[in-house]
Amino acid sequence: MKISLDINGKKQEVDVDPNTPLLWVVRDHLNLTGTKFGCGMALCGACTVHMNGNPIRSCVTPVSSVQGQEITTIEGVTSSDLSKESNAVVEAWEDIAVVQCGYCQSGQIMSATALLKQNPNPTDQDIDGFMSGNICRCATYKRIKEGIKQAAQSMKVASINPSSNDVAINVDDSLFYDVGNEQSTVAQKTESVNASVMDQEGGADHVA
Amino acid sequence: MLHKSAKALSRRKFLISSVQSSAGLVLGMSLPLSHAEADNSDAASSVTKTLSPNAFVTINDSNKVIVTIKHLEMGQGTFTGLATLVAEELDADWAQVECQGAEAAVEKYANGLWGKFQGTGGSTAIANSYQQMREAGATARAMLVGAAASLWRVPVTAITVKQGMVHHAATGKSVNFGVLAELAALQTIPQEVELKDPSEFTLIGKKVSRKDVGKTSGKAIFTQDIQRPNQLTALVAHPPLFGAKVSSFDATEALKVNGVVDVVQIPNGVAVLAKDYWQAKTGRDLLKVQWDESVAFTKSSDELMNEYKALAEKPGLVATDNGNVDEGFAQADQIIEASYEFPYLAHATMEPMNCVVQLHSEGRTFERAELWYGAQIHTGDQMAVAGALGLTPDKVKINTLFAGGSFGRRGNAHSDYVLEAVQIAKAHGKGVPIKLVWSREDDTHAGYYRPMYFHKLKAGLDKAGNLVAWQHRIVGQSIVKGTGFEGLIQNGIDHTSVEGASNLPYGIPNKRVELHTTESKVPVLWWRSVGSTHTAHATECFLDEIAAVAKKDPVALRMALLKNHPRHRGVLELAAKQAGWSEQTKSSENAFGVAVHKSFGTYVAQVVEVAKSSQGYKIERVTCAVDCGVAVNPDVIKAQMEGGIGYGLSPALLSEITLNKGKVAQSNFHDYQVIRMNNMPDIDVHIVPSTEPPTGVGEPGTPVIAPALSNALAAAGAEREYRLPLKTQLV
Repeated sequence: MKISLDINGKKQEVDVDPNTPLLWVVRDHLNLTGTKFGCGMALCGACTVHMNGNPIRSCVTPVSSVQGQEITTIEGVTSSDLSKESNAVVEAWEDIAVVQCGYCQSGQIMSATALLKQNPNPTDQDIDGFMSGNICRCATYKRIKEGIKQAAQSMKVASINPSSNDVAINVDDSLFYDVGNEQSTVAQKTESVNASVMDQEGGADHVA
Repeated sequence: MLHKSAKALSRRKFLISSVQSSAGLVLGMSLPLSHAEADNSDAASSVTKTLSPNAFVTINDSNKVIVTIKHLEMGQGTFTGLATLVAEELDADWAQVECQGAEAAVEKYANGLWGKFQGTGGSTAIANSYQQMREAGATARAMLVGAAASLWRVPVTAITVKQGMVHHAATGKSVNFGVLAELAALQTIPQEVELKDPSEFTLIGKKVSRKDVGKTSGKAIFTQDIQRPNQLTALVAHPPLFGAKVSSFDATEALKVNGVVDVVQIPNGVAVLAKDYWQAKTGRDLLKVQWDESVAFTKSSDELMNEYKALAEKPGLVATDNGNVDEGFAQADQIIEASYEFPYLAHATMEPMNCVVQLHSEGRTFERAELWYGAQIHTGDQMAVAGALGLTPDKVKINTLFAGGSFGRRGNAHSDYVLEAVQIAKAHGKGVPIKLVWSREDDTHAGYYRPMYFHKLKAGLDKAGNLVAWQHRIVGQSIVKGTGFEGLIQNGIDHTSVEGASNLPYGIPNKRVELHTTESKVPVLWWRSVGSTHTAHATECFLDEIAAVAKKDPVALRMALLKNHPRHRGVLELAAKQAGWSEQTKSSENAFGVAVHKSFGTYVAQVVEVAKSSQGYKIERVTCAVDCGVAVNPDVIKAQMEGGIGYGLSPALLSEITLNKGKVAQSNFHDYQVIRMNNMPDIDVHIVPSTEPPTGVGEPGTPVIAPALSNALAAAGAEREYRLPLKTQLV
């Protein structure tokens, strides 16, 4: 089936099974390999991309459900509508030397960028809440937290018009990892992500 | 370097090692990123614009210094570390330095601590490269200096080099490396080079930017990202039980999936090949496989642990026997006993295992193979692949990519996932590139776990509370038995099962460590810090229990028992001081726990501060002190301690692989849980200043955190636990 996509500001058409997760379309068909595969169940966040500026897990998002939406991947985020946030994040990441193996970092950067768009001044708790859906097996969490704070600070300094951050954001609750809750919460969240995606799609259950 | 005194010069002269002595033969050898070069064993007659005096350094006419890194970059910072050593002695500008992974070529890239074997592990990269990489840089520098001297017709002694520029002070002439490269390549490769005195270091010991670049832009290439023309992606249906075999399979439905091109049987399952991952996975999930489970492993974890406990009641093979333990216990006034249980653990790298292979054939036979992946033990993999294809190892080309984590997993003596990719390519037989990809579930189920272990300890105290006898029995599978690393088994003792226990540093007059090695079909492997993952926990928790019984301060008791181990004392003292141990333990409402352990030649002590509230326990802070000799990259060392602590917190708090009638009960991150941002404590890392030869930091941070945390929780009033992961919930 032919599907029209808007990826990193570029209109493209792909011919794939409509149930194919967006992750595998950007990776295997569009050769945008910066977005990574980690779990296939929206549990680790390595596949995070932006849809209309909000983070989504592309590994459980059927490609047909994002037609007509603006998709941004790590390759395009520094020149997207979130360029201010993403450039601040990348600069802080390099300065602090956040990265170790790097495999999860595209997802971490996409999540951190979205966090700063929604909340330009996050507290430690805000960061824990927003970023705990992104696993880093190298456990670079301490530096990710520092990086987000440094990026927030540099945005504040650079900001000419502070009110520009007051943009209404449609937050996808399912991306929040419930800190301190049981593992079942994650599974439920995953199911709800899948379910909501499936609803749009007409219900084919192929993800879990 | 003539500003140095004559005395200092003679002290600092090093004979170039055999690897460099043969470098003349590989001068100008073709490296993947270097410009087209003539094959020039006769350097003087060659036309080349690059300087490549050895297998590690290439300087091209674009003024880039390209360092070939013989170790796998898996996040531990080896690109940065080894490049620092080269750039230091080359006096390069850090900004002009780029790195590339070395291919498999044991004659050039052997691990100096492993004999004739190329590979990464045991936190050896810096330790075995410290001299070699510095000499590689110094050699190139000497040739650049020689070239400048001949160009300007001045003595070499009048030339200086600083930050990538070659200068002649008297005439004010300056030129960069790139301009000199062609001329420098004509210089004779020096047989001896001078290395800097540490007081002259400008890069070693300083924070430098990392050289494993492209990781914040999505541009870095991992195995998962390889896309070759006509490539197919393969997913495999693996046996549901260890030891089960394919009995028969029906691929009818799988072959109907759009994009699926082939289904092949391989020794360990059935593979589906398709044009992309999703098609291959869809097809794989539609396979109907009948498994022969007649000889499969069907025990449960509980059953195994009970067997281990029964074994621990009997004497095992003796790994260490100091003094007379039986007499020691006979004299003891008080006996303390404790046992500790450890489950199987998966490595759970962010990048699940994968491997790209292409077989090139002439007619019906395969002539050569090329692979692309995060290769960790190049020589072992190269030999295994050659063996599987009936080729000589030189016909197997391995391109080393970044690994999305390894923690030991990619360095498998059985070359499991690599051979699986090769077997699929062989069975498909079309000569197209095959990318084997494991899903997260495949990766969690396929094994090669940190073995399950049981530890039983017994200590005797005399009337004064002195530790007079120590007995430690360890029960578990051997990692190296039946592999090329079997040499690590001596007198029946697998060193990796007892390390950290058999060499316990504490001054105890009567000490015996015993081992029972068990057998099972559950595949096991080293896991970040190997034996110390369990020995450090058992010994350091037990010592704290002894301290409690003897009513001694845990730090003071350790200091007293470590009289002959100054470097252990050094890290312990530093961590305790930085954590405010002596003041805080008296006045603070928070509780403190400590542990100290040496692994892979590096000494680490950690103090965990725990706060207790109505909601439960919370880690306030981890203070870590590390002594790894010369600190080549202090920021990388800190990052590895932070990451090592984080990695060790997962099995301390959350992770375990369990078997239910032989079947692995976990599948993905919802049931094989690992720590996340909200579980990560604040960590302060302090490095002991040292002039000792550098040792590794990839692993030694990991084993210390679980015992330090357990000891802190006990100090905070939590009930002692004897099994990991801990049941105590942290907030």
